[in-house]
Amino acid sequence: MSVLEIRDLHVSIDTDQGTKEILRGVDLTIRSGETHAIMGPNGSGKSTLAYTIAGHPRYTVDSGSITLDGEDVLEMSVDERARAGLFLAMQYPVEIPGVTVTNFLRTAKTAVDGEAPAIRSWIKDVNASMAKLRMDKSFAERNVNEGFSGGEKKRHEILQLELLKPHFAVLDETDSGLDVDALKIVSEGVNRAKENTDLGVLLITHYTRILRYIKPDHVHVFVAGKVAEEGGPELADRLEDEGYDRYLSAATDA
Amino acid sequence: MSTQAPESPTALPEGQHGLRRHSDGAGAFVPVQTRSERFRSTSVGDFDEVTGREAVWKLSPVDRFRDLLAETLDGGPTPIDVVSAPGTTVAWVDRTEARTGRAGTPEDRAAAAAWTNTEQVLAITVDGESDENTTVRRHGFGSAPRAAHVVVEALPHSRGTVILDHSGTARLTENVEVVVGEGAHVTVVTVQDWDDDAVHLSSHFARVGRDATLKHVVVSLGGGVVRVNPSTHLAEQGSGVDALGVYFADAGQHLEQQVYVHHDAPNSRSRVSYKGALQGTGARTVWIGDVLIGRDATATDSYEQNRNLVLTDGTRADSIPNLEIETGDIAGAGHASATGRFDDEQLFYLQARGIPEDQARRLVVLGFLIEIVQQIGDSALEARLEEAIEAELRGGSAATAP
Ligand SMILES: Nc1ncnc2c1ncn2[C@@H]1O[C@H](COP(=O)(O)OP(=O)(O)O)[C@@H](O)[C@H]1O
Ligand SMILES: [Mg+2]
Repeated sequence: MSVLEIRDLHVSIDTDQGTKEILRGVDLTIRSGETHAIMGPNGSGKSTLAYTIAGHPRYTVDSGSITLDGEDVLEMSVDERARAGLFLAMQYPVEIPGVTVTNFLRTAKTAVDGEAPAIRSWIKDVNASMAKLRMDKSFAERNVNEGFSGGEKKRHEILQLELLKPHFAVLDETDSGLDVDALKIVSEGVNRAKENTDLGVLLITHYTRILRYIKPDHVHVFVAGKVAEEGGPELADRLEDEGYDRYLSAATDA
Repeated sequence: MSTQAPESPTALPEGQHGLRRHSDGAGAFVPVQTRSERFRSTSVGDFDEVTGREAVWKLSPVDRFRDLLAETLDGGPTPIDVVSAPGTTVAWVDRTEARTGRAGTPEDRAAAAAWTNTEQVLAITVDGESDENTTVRRHGFGSAPRAAHVVVEALPHSRGTVILDHSGTARLTENVEVVVGEGAHVTVVTVQDWDDDAVHLSSHFARVGRDATLKHVVVSLGGGVVRVNPSTHLAEQGSGVDALGVYFADAGQHLEQQVYVHHDAPNSRSRVSYKGALQGTGARTVWIGDVLIGRDATATDSYEQNRNLVLTDGTRADSIPNLEIETGDIAGAGHASATGRFDDEQLFYLQARGIPEDQARRLVVLGFLIEIVQQIGDSALEARLEEAIEAELRGGSAATAP
């Protein structure tokens, strides 16, 4: 049983116009096996939260803490966080020319586990996961994300999730831009990871659609850099009907 | 994109031996000179002393190799180790027998000095069809200035790969002629894996015959000054060239390539793709890519690109593509040039998967360069070059002699 705790997190970025505060006091606790949906309008700071957990150098933590089983995550480098069991499925995965998926996956697995995987069972695992995600075998020899469609990139993110077996996964709008078939395939992958590894999930989404396939235990509404409301799955249903308008007018009034 | 500056205000037609090119008129208006009208001669005496301001020299550190611009040089044979494919022969032959001058004529004084001073020619003849490659290891040039001349001839309808593999130290100026006969498909690779103090000035001239193709690859990793200038004459219809290059400049290294493709016949095709990385103070690279699509070269298809990855401060990469088109009827022509810093988003992505920063960096750079290496088509050489590039990234010497 692991716990990821975010306490009173304040985060800013440097822009051409000066420092911009984006997260204004985020509190969140996720335990193994739990799925938390973070829902919020565009620009509310969802990706900022995701990137800050992963340690992207662009984001400055002004105050607050992130701990994983009591260990200070903010003290860790990006790769140390990944090796500690944190995983970020990116909203916009980058292309890496000349690095094949096969090479990338094996290198990442070796780094995360601290030793090279046994070659036979590894190849079997990769092939099985790719088949379940309906990824053609030819993907293995393609360069990472190069020429991948939007849906292929997202499947590739979930493939990594399944193979690297982290303790906690932050999924940043993994559902965006997917058609229903792809959405189902990707959701099944996340659900498999949950079953197989007792994964804790922070499911960031703009839409409620994915919540039909991945059932959240908790829903947090994110507005203007902080959690505006929290509840169970019924909160998502309400958002589906009412949208974010209610929160947005409250935020601008404040 | 920049326009090719002329070497002199009064360009002379090619091959007029005995005429001297003017070098006066500095600062005077100079009309744009088409690449095909550049002065050419096989005789060193036809070229003025090099000032370093000439178009062909202005980006090169000429003070580091003045000895190679001399009237007289030692042009005798040097040690070679040969592993040849069935059907391919490698031999030293007298200049007269070698039928030199079939693929091109020097355009600068260093190449002319090499031509003038070479006594024997290293003749490599590809006949038949073979999947095996022919490797000519050239080493033991020593530290005295030298001249050389290599002729690679692919006989009509032959198929093969020739690798010129350079190591050790050298002060060498040379010409390499590549004659690709009708219907032949040949790969010529030149690997510069020299010691740090080596200077290597090499002009390659290729003539590609009807329906023939040349894959030409320049790999420059080791050496103080390495300047390999490949020119390809797509002389007959249906001819094609893939001109590839990969280079990695460390502190103090100057790696240069002036690539020229002359489309001179219908339905000819060219792809020029060079990639380089620069690391360390004083690391310097130059890439100039000239493509000329002549009047008769209708329905040609050409594309040239150069990309440089800058890994540290204190480096300089020049990248100058230049396209001249003399016919309205082409199938395609394009160019791209980019010199950029390391992409931190790629680094973040890899690190976010647990890969430590230094390893992530190596993966990205290797990935960037390996795209060229993977096109060579010789798996043993590809593996060795991949290792050599990794060694460069670790900051060590290449140390890759097989
Ligand atoms: N690179 C950036 N430069 C300038 N502003 C940014 C940058 N990244 C994010 N922001 C701003 O920070 C805010 C939050 O962005 P983000 O975290 O991406 O929100 P979300 O993921 O909820 O759409 C937005 O107002 C956005 O414009
Ligand atoms: Mg976002």
